[in-house]
Amino acid sequence: MGGHSNWPEWIYVGIVIALMTWVGAEAWEAERLVEHVPEDVEIIKVTGQQWFWTFEHEDGTKEIGELHVEAGKAYKFEVMAKDVNHSFNIHDYVVLIDAIPGRVNTVWFAPDAPGVHDIQCREYCGLIHYNMRGTLYVEEPSS
Amino acid sequence: MVLELQKPRPIWQIMFSTHHTDVGLLYLITSLGFLFLGGALALAIRAELFLPGAQIIADAMTFNRIFTVHGTTLIFLFIIPFASAVGNYYVPIMVRYKDMAYPKLNAIAFWMIPPSGALIWLGFADFTWYATPPYSIISAPGPAADMWIFGLKILGISSVLGAINFVVTILKCKHPDMSIGQVPLLAWSFLSSSLIILVAIPTFAAALLMLLTDRLGVSGFFNPALGGDPIAYAHLFWFTFHPEVYVLVIPAIGMMYEIIPRFSRKPIFSYNSGVFAFVLLSIVGFSSWAHHMYATGMSFTEKTVFMVGTLAAVPASAMHVFNFIATMWNGRIRFSTPMMWAVGGIALFFSAGAGGVVNSAMPLDFTTHDTYWVVGHFHLFVMGTIAFGSIGYLYYMFPYVTGRMYNETMGKIHFILSFVGTVLVFFTQHVLGLYGMPRRIFDYPPIPEWIAMNQIASIGAMVIGVSMAIFLANMIYSSGKGDLADTDDPFGLGGKYYYPFEAKNPSH
Ligand code: HEM
Ligand SMILES: [Cu+2]
Ligand SMILES: [Cu+2]
Repeated sequence: MGGHSNWPEWIYVGIVIALMTWVGAEAWEAERLVEHVPEDVEIIKVTGQQWFWTFEHEDGTKEIGELHVEAGKAYKFEVMAKDVNHSFNIHDYVVLIDAIPGRVNTVWFAPDAPGVHDIQCREYCGLIHYNMRGTLYVEEPSS
Repeated sequence: MVLELQKPRPIWQIMFSTHHTDVGLLYLITSLGFLFLGGALALAIRAELFLPGAQIIADAMTFNRIFTVHGTTLIFLFIIPFASAVGNYYVPIMVRYKDMAYPKLNAIAFWMIPPSGALIWLGFADFTWYATPPYSIISAPGPAADMWIFGLKILGISSVLGAINFVVTILKCKHPDMSIGQVPLLAWSFLSSSLIILVAIPTFAAALLMLLTDRLGVSGFFNPALGGDPIAYAHLFWFTFHPEVYVLVIPAIGMMYEIIPRFSRKPIFSYNSGVFAFVLLSIVGFSSWAHHMYATGMSFTEKTVFMVGTLAAVPASAMHVFNFIATMWNGRIRFSTPMMWAVGGIALFFSAGAGGVVNSAMPLDFTTHDTYWVVGHFHLFVMGTIAFGSIGYLYYMFPYVTGRMYNETMGKIHFILSFVGTVLVFFTQHVLGLYGMPRRIFDYPPIPEWIAMNQIASIGAMVIGVSMAIFLANMIYSSGKGDLADTDDPFGLGGKYYYPFEAKNPSH
């Protein structure tokens, strides 16, 4: 250091530490809220396999490549994989969770307005990974 | 190319030599060869993604193989061997020793690289640079996958041998008059990165063996069909490869510590803080590996722990940036080619780090993870910081290695085009990620925003391609026909003070 004073660096490091603490605290708080699952969620079983998604609703109806849900309700996805790893993603609703063989991962969401959104696979899963896509239809509430 | 001044020798004498500058030259040429090979694959990827639909690559399998070999090549066959080249040339001279501690081991470590490169390129595997099971076990076609595994295995051994050599050379062979606190920061960077290698690599070496036996069907460590767990592989992989990103970046920062003070014509602002930040990074670098795994279904607590571990490493990286800026402050800066690369590299290092902080904040990572954002993030490091620092250093050592000067105008054009190209490609990729485009896809739906961003990125890649052609021409022409360099002061900085270490071994 050659004997010169180093206080600007200390101040700078202090600012960086403060910023990182703030980022960490905000992220912690946000993630805590996001992970709090509402009581009355409907469960949808999601299965990823090379190279399509299947969905099974609580009433037993099954869909392939398409998913129909109602606006204003909360849903919890139970995500599984049959062959290799995939990642279940509805980008518009920041829904993302890996589908891993031998495990059941969960994630929930509550679509607020009717609309059509893309579903895609975000983990490399081989030949047709690029086209492992589906469509989410959020419909008007039935009642 | 002349290695040591006034000593042109036939190529085989260099190949069979164990002298550190000869091994350094072999590393240098090999790594640059792979830079161009891997770069060509990048251009193919970007050309393919210019528009939706198949463009120049026939099918998805070929595309998947291309990006796998692209990543593997540039990380393991360009960045790491390039750092070894610089370390071989400079570390022994910096610690005032006649050679590396174990010259034969040094040559052996180098000679493991060509066969691994051949295995990786002849196999051309498709399972991405993480080779994640179960895909890599049950789906990835052999023998490509097996050749990749063997290639990486050999590269791992080569890295460990190289690391042992650097640690011993620096700690045990340094001149008795020299204290550890006088060892230049570039040598400190090799000490830190070598220590990380020694702790981190064995884990991946074990995982690779388990992957191989799983593929052969004799074990089921990572195969859920046999009771194994793919997540275990992810932990082993990232326990090695998050620290490994510091192995990649630390020597490049060390190279910037050589360039910045000399071309600012000022001593480094704080040597101690540089050493401290290197050592700190190599320790806290081990506390963050599972930030790559937020989406695998980890508990809230686990995610929090790894987020805190990741954020804890940021101040150490930020200290280097401060040190560089404080060194340049009020300096008599001379923007020769090496300095331009180093300063550009620091700017991109800062941008890359900002994106990294976003990734580490758990809720935000669910937007960015496995999208093009991540591709943009780490390329700002591997290209924007590490390749920039390395190329800057290559220009800096060029006169010492060849005895000739490169063409300064071409060097500057190379920098400007590369900088513009890097911003065009990798900043745009961040935006693409926010639009939701997954990485590793051969084709994409015609979403207008995706097309626009992909086109900007592809044009940027072509700009980088042109700049690299200029670079190649400059290196080839100047090493044979360039002006003779004034090796006392090749950059006209005015005074020997600025050149304490030369790549010319004094004992010759
Ligand atoms: C020091 C140089 C760095 C290098 C060379 C580097 C490299 C990488 C690489 C290669 C990946 C992607 C791996 C993959 O999925 O294929 C990555 C992801 C990531 N990096 Fe960095 N990184 C660096 C610094 C940082 C810093 C400073 C932070 C945080 C402050 C950071 C946070 C992250 C996070 C959280 C991810 C995971 C993103 C995701 O997959 O969702 N990195 N980095
Ligand atoms: Cu998939
Ligand atoms: Cu990491």
